[in-house]
Amino acid sequence: MALLEVECVTKRFGGLAALDAVSLSVRQGEIYGLIGPNGAGKTTLFNCMTGLYSVTGGQVRLDGKAIHNRKPHEIVRQGFARTFQNIRLFPNMTALENVMVGRHVRSRASVLGAVLRDKRTRAEEAAIRERAQELLHFVGLGRKGRALASHLAYGEQRRLEIARALATEPRLLALDEPVAGMNPTERRQMADFFRKLRDTGVSLLLIEHDVKLVMGLCDRVAVLDYGKKIAEGAPEAVQRDPAVIAAYLGVEAA
Amino acid sequence: MPVIKFFRQRPQLTLLLLAVLLAVLPFLVGAGLGKSWIRVLDFALLYVLLALGLNIVVGYAGLLDLGYIAFYALGAYLYAWLASPHFGLHLPFWAVLPIGALLAGLFGVLLGAPTLRLRGDYLAIVTLGFGEIIRIFMNNLNAPVNITNGPQGMNLIDPIAFGDFTFKGTHHFFGIAFSSAHLYYYLFLGFVLLAMLIALRLQDSRIGRAWAAIREDEVAAAAMGINTRNVKLLAFAMGATFGGLAGGLFAAFQGFISPESFGLMESIMILCMIVLGGMGNIPGVILGAVLLTVLPEALRYLGDAQRALLGHVALDPADLRMLLFGVALILMMLFRPEGLLPSRRRQRELHPEDGPGEQASLYDSRG
Amino acid sequence: MDIFVQQLINGLVLGSIYALVALGYTMVYGILELINFAHGEVTMFGAMVALAVIGVVLGVAPDLPGLLVVLAGVLVAIPVCMLLGFSIERLAYRPLRNAPRLAPLITAIGLSIVLQNVAMLIWGRQYIAFPPLLPKGQYEVLGAHVSNLQIFIVVLSILVMLGLWFMVQKTRLGRAMRATAQSRAVAQLMGVNVNSVIAATFVIGSALAAVAGVMVSAYYGLAHYYMGFLLGLKAFSAAVLGGIGNIAGAMLGGLLLGVIEALGAGYIGDLTGGFLGSHYQDVFAFFVLILVLVFRPSGLLGERVATRA
Repeated sequence: MALLEVECVTKRFGGLAALDAVSLSVRQGEIYGLIGPNGAGKTTLFNCMTGLYSVTGGQVRLDGKAIHNRKPHEIVRQGFARTFQNIRLFPNMTALENVMVGRHVRSRASVLGAVLRDKRTRAEEAAIRERAQELLHFVGLGRKGRALASHLAYGEQRRLEIARALATEPRLLALDEPVAGMNPTERRQMADFFRKLRDTGVSLLLIEHDVKLVMGLCDRVAVLDYGKKIAEGAPEAVQRDPAVIAAYLGVEAA
Repeated sequence: MPVIKFFRQRPQLTLLLLAVLLAVLPFLVGAGLGKSWIRVLDFALLYVLLALGLNIVVGYAGLLDLGYIAFYALGAYLYAWLASPHFGLHLPFWAVLPIGALLAGLFGVLLGAPTLRLRGDYLAIVTLGFGEIIRIFMNNLNAPVNITNGPQGMNLIDPIAFGDFTFKGTHHFFGIAFSSAHLYYYLFLGFVLLAMLIALRLQDSRIGRAWAAIREDEVAAAAMGINTRNVKLLAFAMGATFGGLAGGLFAAFQGFISPESFGLMESIMILCMIVLGGMGNIPGVILGAVLLTVLPEALRYLGDAQRALLGHVALDPADLRMLLFGVALILMMLFRPEGLLPSRRRQRELHPEDGPGEQASLYDSRG
Repeated sequence: MDIFVQQLINGLVLGSIYALVALGYTMVYGILELINFAHGEVTMFGAMVALAVIGVVLGVAPDLPGLLVVLAGVLVAIPVCMLLGFSIERLAYRPLRNAPRLAPLITAIGLSIVLQNVAMLIWGRQYIAFPPLLPKGQYEVLGAHVSNLQIFIVVLSILVMLGLWFMVQKTRLGRAMRATAQSRAVAQLMGVNVNSVIAATFVIGSALAAVAGVMVSAYYGLAHYYMGFLLGLKAFSAAVLGGIGNIAGAMLGGLLLGVIEALGAGYIGDLTGGFLGSHYQDVFAFFVLILVLVFRPSGLLGERVATRA
């Protein structure tokens, strides 16, 4: 059974079908790429999977459990986290605090605990802090913990957002254009980083425009166009698919 | 400033001095400004308590609650029902105060549950309406069954009492006379310190971080696994609970309550306190509450001065009071939205341009 | 039965006033997503200014026909309120357009208090009577009484609303307003001067509020510096009921809320076995507001859902 199964998901805004019966599946341990021209519905699909949008029809299952039309926080609890295309950090919190927020769903201190600061709460708080620091280190921001999120450089913000998502202990991490705006060197470094991430046991689902990056990085790729999946498979196969060339690669290659 | 530095470096000494000052404050005030000012001091503490509660809602979670006084009213009326001749009930304060606080918290949940999933401004208008409704009921529930005694309000409310020791009248300890106002001062001070402790610890906890995250970006907070509705509801209910507690204390202290004490303008005034002092920052909130309790009292002298100079009061300071509050709200939002004593985070939110821009190298130590 | 018809008529009259005020809330909300808390106070200023002018005119020329005197009051109140609306937007909201959401809400509250207290300083704390200037006359319809004034209010409201509808649908300004409501950024790119569109929205809403203010004070025969608060709250509820941001919704919501309130006040005694009386009239708007927010936050005609993603 696949880790994530998307089955015939349809999303309509008024009369417009942004997603039309899209199906795909991500296997455990895979890096899965979602590509397609602008407006193809990639981010809409992300929003449908992560609970920001309700779906008009179809199903999304994580580990066999239906997650479509659930609240975002419930989906995160199931082990599915995400980042945003237009970076949504908590800009006036420090980098460390941002990651600590990600631990919310894996910790349980109540108001009473917070007020009494009993032994368990103190231990939990220390663990949250420690884990957050580890994650900062993991994404290469080990010394930036006290900097405000809004003061970080662009690439650092991208990585901080990933660290924050990782703090929720996802089995599957969805990244919406994680290398947008980066130069080729940075992109290569990020690709290495994604492989390292996958080796820690997190499966990745990423939306990307950079075809070269996707082809080199992903185990499998799906192509969306006008809200429909027009191809899915190994990168090399998809690259040769005439429908894909017509819809997308043709334009890029030109 | 060197003075501040001096005290910063000696926290224990500072705390000790502060404790001594707070302990003798009512006597200093009584001797310096007159007995009536001790009561002003008591009210200032009550308002600090209220402002600390509202600060959880507005300052921490970023929710605008304009009917906060309704929870204060609930606490006060509940105290009056359970400890006055009105229904002939005289339960002890230690039973009534928690019930009042819980009732207010419950109402907070009932009101917040349907509205908190909507945009913030709906909450503002619904709480505004709720405050008005509570007042209409207080004013009119005197017939056919007399529940609230209508606009006349209820009096002869039991004072705080420990067994035979009541907070009414003057008591002597160690040859020092403690009036009722003195005793309430220490009681209120105790509650304020407790409330401060709660607020400070919450701020710096998992819950406090969740509130801050929601205030900063609600969608991102939800996508990071925070149950935004529940966490907002928690803030709202906690604020209401503080309000209910303060209401009970007010009823016991005053011995008399009427709908007049619970108008919209009171809600606005408490909001003013936290906006003026500095939303989200405890010292700021306390400063705001004290300033706005003491200033109107001082304004009274303006009336006396007019009478002395002009022979009559041309401009009633009481009329001026609300006008000044309104102007203060607008000016603060336009020119110093972070308040007089802002929290560091709030200052950053409102003046992003003048933060210490940390130049970060693209890739530092990669783990 | 005649109570029912009577309350229905009273409700429609009151509702058409609510509708006029609700339009001001809904237009501003549609464009700025801001609850203009001070809008109720603009309505109050309309009533107060008109009454002041009426007082002056009666002092100078007591023999003028009553309708003309009232008209003079309205004609002064409208531009005063327009100016007020314009200044409110300019001074209190525009500087905060990109501030955190809480900021303009708080200035709006502050402004509302300032306007109330300025009115109190100018006109005092007492109720001001609206002189009996409008021609009296009563008709019987289905066993209920309808006065000239009531007919006048309903007809005038309908005319004003039709005018507004025409303006929004058919004129350049109306088109610019609708475009700005859809997306401020896109409208700006398409060459719409967004700032002036927003200012115009405030000015038009305030003109409607001035008319409504005169109507409500004529209807109750009273004006008071505090009258704007509850009126504003009810009108806002009406706007939410109809679907905030939706102009037709504000009209429908206003009328409906007026009817609900009148019928509620007429029957609450019977419904509660005499426990609650007609002085609870003012709570209905609030309950309607809560119910709408719980069951249909987008309102009756609303297209946008009020929930954030």
